[in-house]
This record gives sequence, C-alpha cells and structure tokens, in this order.
Amino acid sequence: MTLPSSLQHNPRLSTWILIENDRLIVQTGKVELGQGIKTAIASIVAFELDFPISRIDLVSGRTSEGPEEGITAGSMSIETTGASVRQAAAEVRCHLINLASQHLQVERDALYIEQGLVKQHRGNESLSFSELLNGKQIDMEATGEPAPKIAAASETLLARIDLPGKLTGGRSFLQDLQIPNLQHGRIVRGPSIHHRPTHVRPLDTSLGVVTIQDRDFIGVIGRNENQARSARQHLQDAITWQLDPSLELTDGTDWLRETDIGLLVVDGTPGDEPIPDVPPCHFRATYTKPWHMHGSISPSAAIALWEDNHLTIYSHAQGPSLLRDAIAGALSLTRDQVTVIHAENAGCYGHNGADDAAMDAALLAINVPGTPILLKWEREDEQRFEPYSPATVIDVATNIDHGRVQYWSADIYSQTHSGRPFGMQGASNLIAAWEQAKALPRPIPQPGRGNHSGIHRNADPLYRFPDRRIVKHLHRDQRIRTSSTRGLGAYANVFAIESAMDELASMENVDPVAFRLKHLADKRARAVLNRCADLASRHLPKPRDGYKTGYGFAFAQYKNRQTYAALCVFLQVNEKTLATELDHAVIVADAGRVVDPDGLRNQLEGGFIQSASWSLKEAVTFDRYGTTSTNWDSYPILKFSEIPTVCIDLIDNPKLPSLGAGEALHGPTPAAIANAIAHATGIRVRQIPLTSDATRRAGLQD
Amino acid sequence: MKTLNLIVNRREVSVAIDPKTPLLDVLRNELDLASPRFGCGEEQCGACRVKVGSHLMYACTTTVGEVQDAVTTVEGLGTLETPHPLQQAFMDLNAGQCGYCLSGILVTASALLNANPAPSRSDVMAALDAHLCRCGAHNRIINAILKAAEDS
Ligand code: FES
Ligand code: FES
Repeated sequence: MTLPSSLQHNPRLSTWILIENDRLIVQTGKVELGQGIKTAIASIVAFELDFPISRIDLVSGRTSEGPEEGITAGSMSIETTGASVRQAAAEVRCHLINLASQHLQVERDALYIEQGLVKQHRGNESLSFSELLNGKQIDMEATGEPAPKIAAASETLLARIDLPGKLTGGRSFLQDLQIPNLQHGRIVRGPSIHHRPTHVRPLDTSLGVVTIQDRDFIGVIGRNENQARSARQHLQDAITWQLDPSLELTDGTDWLRETDIGLLVVDGTPGDEPIPDVPPCHFRATYTKPWHMHGSISPSAAIALWEDNHLTIYSHAQGPSLLRDAIAGALSLTRDQVTVIHAENAGCYGHNGADDAAMDAALLAINVPGTPILLKWEREDEQRFEPYSPATVIDVATNIDHGRVQYWSADIYSQTHSGRPFGMQGASNLIAAWEQAKALPRPIPQPGRGNHSGIHRNADPLYRFPDRRIVKHLHRDQRIRTSSTRGLGAYANVFAIESAMDELASMENVDPVAFRLKHLADKRARAVLNRCADLASRHLPKPRDGYKTGYGFAFAQYKNRQTYAALCVFLQVNEKTLATELDHAVIVADAGRVVDPDGLRNQLEGGFIQSASWSLKEAVTFDRYGTTSTNWDSYPILKFSEIPTVCIDLIDNPKLPSLGAGEALHGPTPAAIANAIAHATGIRVRQIPLTSDATRRAGLQD
Repeated sequence: MKTLNLIVNRREVSVAIDPKTPLLDVLRNELDLASPRFGCGEEQCGACRVKVGSHLMYACTTTVGEVQDAVTTVEGLGTLETPHPLQQAFMDLNAGQCGYCLSGILVTASALLNANPAPSRSDVMAALDAHLCRCGAHNRIINAILKAAEDS
C-alpha cells in the first residue's frame, strides 16, 4: 500500500506516536482551529490501538517537534493527517503485537489489545505498551504493510477534548497564557494598509509606554493593557496618515473584468490552450459576490520573545512552519533562530490577521530583548487589515437542446485567493515586512494552476455537460488585499452553477432536482441529492400572514473530489420589505468513512450557518480610502434570532476514505437560498448578499 | 490609582488601579480570570459579558470604578469537577466549535434561567441576540441551554 502523504513525508513512527508510561503522546502538525481536529485525531488513535482516549495527549503545531505538515486548510486534515495517523497507529499496533508474541512466546493470533494492554485470549498475563517497549520509542519507519481496522461510525457522541476547559474558565486561548513579566503591545496603523504615517511624535516615556518605530511600522508597549490601548489611540489620532492617490479605491466590482490574464480551465486545471469565443447562447446571466471578511470573534493576537538571539512566537496561524519561514525571511534571521508554537484563538476560517499579528509582535519584541510581548489587534485593526475573501463576477452562458445542457461557458473574474505568507525570496506577504526600514515588497499575484485550487475551485461543474468553456480571469490589483477564506472560489462558483441550474430547470419547466439528476452520472452524487429531496418532501413549511414561503435545493461535491453535499433551504420572504427569514434546512452529506459523526455534523452545520450569514447579510463596504466596515455594526452577521433549524443526514461509507467536510456547504448554501427566494417570490437574485435591497433591485429588473 | 474593593465570584478582593480601567482588564489581568473574553470593545459581540449583581454587563465598556455589586463570571458558575448544569449540558452536547463565544453566552444563559426556568426556543434565541458566534454553533448552543433548563 502507498503511504498517506503526510506519513510519506514524515515516515518515522515515533514522530507521530510516543509512549510514555501509561500515556500516549500523539503529535501532528495540524492545528486546532475550533474544528475539533484534536478530538478526531485522538479518537482515530484510540480506536486503532484500543487505547483509552482519556490517556492520549495531543501535541500540535510546534515547529520544533512532531511532523511537518504545512498548513491546516482546505478541509484536508482528516484526509491527510487522519489517514497518516491511522496508518501509523496500525503499524504501532502490529509492532506491539510482534513484541508481545516474542516476549510471551505465543503466536500473534493468540494476542489482542484492550484498554491499552496487550492480552492473551487464553491466559491472564497482560503487558502495557511501555512495558513492552522498555523505555524505548518505536523508531522504525512506516512500511504501509499492516492494514488499519474497518469499522462503521458509532453514533455515540465523542466528547470534544478541548471544550470542558473552554467552558469552565480554563486557560485555553493564546491570550490566556501566563508568562512572567508579560507586557502589552498594540500597533498603530492608519485607515488602510496603504496609508503612511507622517509627523510621528513618540509619546513621552514618563507615561510608562514605549513607542517603537521602524520607518512606517509603529507600535506601543505598555506594562498595563489599558495604557497600551490608550497610547495606540492617542498616536493614531495625532499622526497624519497619507495615501498615494493611485491607491484610492474604485466603486463596485465591474473593474474586476479589466484584466488580460485568462486561463482556460480543463477538468479543473487551468492551462494555456487558446480560449474559444462564446457562441450565441439561449441563456446568459451574471452572478456576483462582494468582498467578505473572515470576521473572527477575537481579533488576532500573538506573543513574541526575543532572547539570546532567538525569537519564540506563540501564534494562532494556520501554518506554523510557513509562518516561521516567513518571519525569518522578513527579519533576516535563519530558520533555526525562530520557533513558532501554535496556540488557539477564536476560529479563523482561513488566512486572517493571525500571521500579520505574529510579525507585528516579533518586530516589537526585537526592540525589547528579554521582554515577552502580548500583542493584540483591536477589533478595528482586524476588520481593516485582515485579507478579505475576494469579490467575484461570473458570466454564465449556456445552450440547451432536448432538455439537456449541451454547452456551458463561465468567465470568472476575481482576485487572488492565495496571499499567505511563506518563506519567499525578496518579497513578503506580511504587513509589517512592507512597513519596516528593511522593507520587502509584496509579491505580485500569479494565477494558480493547481487542480481546483483558487478562483476556479468547483468552477468545472460535476454535471455532464458535453461542451464546456471555463475561463478564470485574475485581476492583479492589490489595493484591496485578498487571500484564502473557507471554500475559496467554490463559494462563488457553486452559487453561479447551482443558481443557473434552477433557472434553466424553470425555463424548461422541469423540477429542479430532476433536472440536476438528468445531468448527473456519479452514484454518490445522485444518492445525496435523492435523499435530500426525499427528506425535504417530509418537511412542512410554516406559512405566515404577510410572508411568502419557498424552498430551494443546491448540490456540490467539494473540489469535485471531496465531500458530496446537498441541501434544501426553507424560508419566508416578507411581502412588503422583501426581507428573507430562514426557517429550516435539510442537509445530506457523504463524507466517506465517518470518523466522528457528531464532529462531522458540527462542521457541516457550522459551514451552512456561516455561509448563510455571508450570503444574506455580508459585504465589506469601502469609501475611496479604505474599508468602512470597521466593527460589527457596519459589518453585520447572522444573529441567534435569525438562525434556522437544521436537520442533517449522513451517508456513511465505512470502506471509503474519510473526506473533509468543513467547506462542503459554503458553495451550495447561497444558491439554495437564492433558489428558495425565487421559488417564494418569482424574483431571481444573482447578487450576494441576498438582502431585501438586492431582491427589490432584481425584482425591478425582471 | 485607587484601592477598590470588589466581590468577584463570591470572593472579596481588592485591587489598586485607576478606576477608569475597563472591568475586563481587571478580571483578566489583575484577577487572573480567563473566562471573560475580549471581542470588540463596543458592546457588539457579547464575548466579555459578566453579571454584576443580577444585571448583565459588558465588561469591555464597564469601568471598574462603576461596579457597585458582586461580579459573577463563568468561573463562578461551576468548575471542571463540579460544573453548573449549563456547563454540563454544553459538554454533553459538544455545544461549540472554537468556543471563544461561550463564556459570555453561559453568563447570559444563567441569568435567563434564573429569570425564566423553562424558556422556549425563541426565548433563548432572543436572550442570545447580544452574542455573536462566527462558527455557526448556534443551534447546539440553543439546544444545550434548553437541555440545562430541563435537567435542572
Ligand atoms: S468585547 Fe464586550 S461586547 Fe464585544
Ligand atoms: S464557537 Fe466559535 S465563535 Fe462561537
């Protein structure tokens, strides 16, 4: 058997699993982002090794220990790390049974493992793992030989290992770490990342606050958090911030079309083939999404300490080893001079301010050797400076013949989804690296060419359309900073495809689910869609006076190779205001082998609710100088009173690999909502957010 | 600087501090309580919510000098060993994802259950409108509060 990818890169078993007395230490490079990955990984090891989960310790995201696993993103943790840990544990199990069979002089078949002890089917003698290993670790390399166990998901709820602490005032988050002599840092920036400070006058040190300036980078350090906070405000107000007029912003999203970078996407992969013209088409429509924020509930933060020529950083970045390389590069240090340790913050949902805050903390710390600095961004910093999910404009054109789509064309205009920092030569993706005296430039975005990687993720419909022309267009403009957010291009692309499918079905007078099934050969895809339609048919919508009710379906397989998901959304539209209220959603997913059904449900539902919030309410607003969405009032998200009930059905495939599901519903959700609004009102809204204004405007156009 | 006497989680404490300091800083930095969390500083997210007497207050904008009554945070509800029924219900239902929003929500929920021991689903939703959750864990959170009401 070939080894799972993470295990291939880190084949030594003791990199993954260590045995210490009666405990197992499991190490992974993946980090906890609130998705419950620690619990999922611990449960895989517990199952493979028949070891009590309460005696498993998870160590994750330390650049100085454990496997190197790059980044925690793209719903890949369960596929790559889950499969690697499972195989490593299977090999550890096989090795322990071998040792016990030699030790006890019995056949391997006479032995089994229970509760972390190797026992004999006949006989009472049992041995613990550490007795068998005699203080040694399993330093062998994985072979891929022993096969992991097969089991169907059990419905018993697997308790999250991190929640009890988080619910009882435990020190769970980066901001809670207790480090002696910790001082508080804040950064001072203008209205946007492009504004440059002029007339900076450092604060009087008698106030107990130190001002750090490195050309355009300005920060403050105080013993007391409130001092640091006030000093930041004071400096921010006192400085004159200047913006180069060429960096002023343009209205709307139409300018995204002004680019000459276009690549033809074939089977999900962009290439250099010539781009054919679009023939005359029966159906043409344009779908758009605005810039969205990750909008973590906690602003980014980091702790940094510069001591003995070594920089230690606690960060909630998704890729600790990438961040280490990026910071080393920006500060002209060697990799060995920087250690990054992952510590949790609130959920990030992609590349938010975490990495920039770590670099900010590092620049402050270097100026005060020996003093650890806890740097916190304010809410306003997070909302102004985090990289947004890019706006997207999609032109769809299709032809139908005999009730089938014969031709499908999509031109997708957007900005880059990959602005993450990593160890690059002569450039950097970290804000402070552009500001400091030894400034590095921003790299120029390049069109990604990976399969389903960025703008073109899920642009290639899973449906059987014989003739297709899919073009990704990258706009390189960097005035609005963009990067990865859950789902990347899949959010806009599935919105366009699944809205168009409903529009085409209604043009053809066919049931939208039947229309989709007619174009779908993949059995698993058909199964989730059929099951969803069946469950939805049993739901009774609640009609209310003054409201029109409707429902809408949507479907996608994430990246055309991960989780299959279908959903049906039930909603009501206020006849007067045209405001939409969600009632209920039916979700069906096939994520292969289910490791932790409750965790999977939590991920699916969270993805749906988050995407519903993006879709119904969210758009970053701008004036000429930068964002005006600087707090939750100016960037509203879905509230508790607006949350629909949700019912989730999982199709378990115990013999198939587990698939990540955290991003499976981000794309289908806006389409299901738009389809339901159209069903309720007859108005087709093609512009996210699907607000009452957008519905009114669309109604006037129809 | 002034020495202020406070009652926090049924304990008497005194702190020497500028009375204009936000209560959140005092709880977190002076009294080493980790549960009240900073989210926005503008009464818009509820991450910092605590009880002062029987009132729900935003610790981010309340100054310590204004505090006239006993303060209760999540640490005062229950512990890992003897959790409050709400904390237990949240654990039983895995109610949360990243968990950052949960402290403020637990405090609001405890006040809700004191005032209304058998709330409906919409009562719970309305009470939680002062809180934002970005992970989409809302339904689990609502269900956990309803479960705690049933269990206690
Ligand atoms: S931090 Fe106080 S309400 Fe957000
Ligand atoms: S669980 Fe992450 S914000 Fe609520």
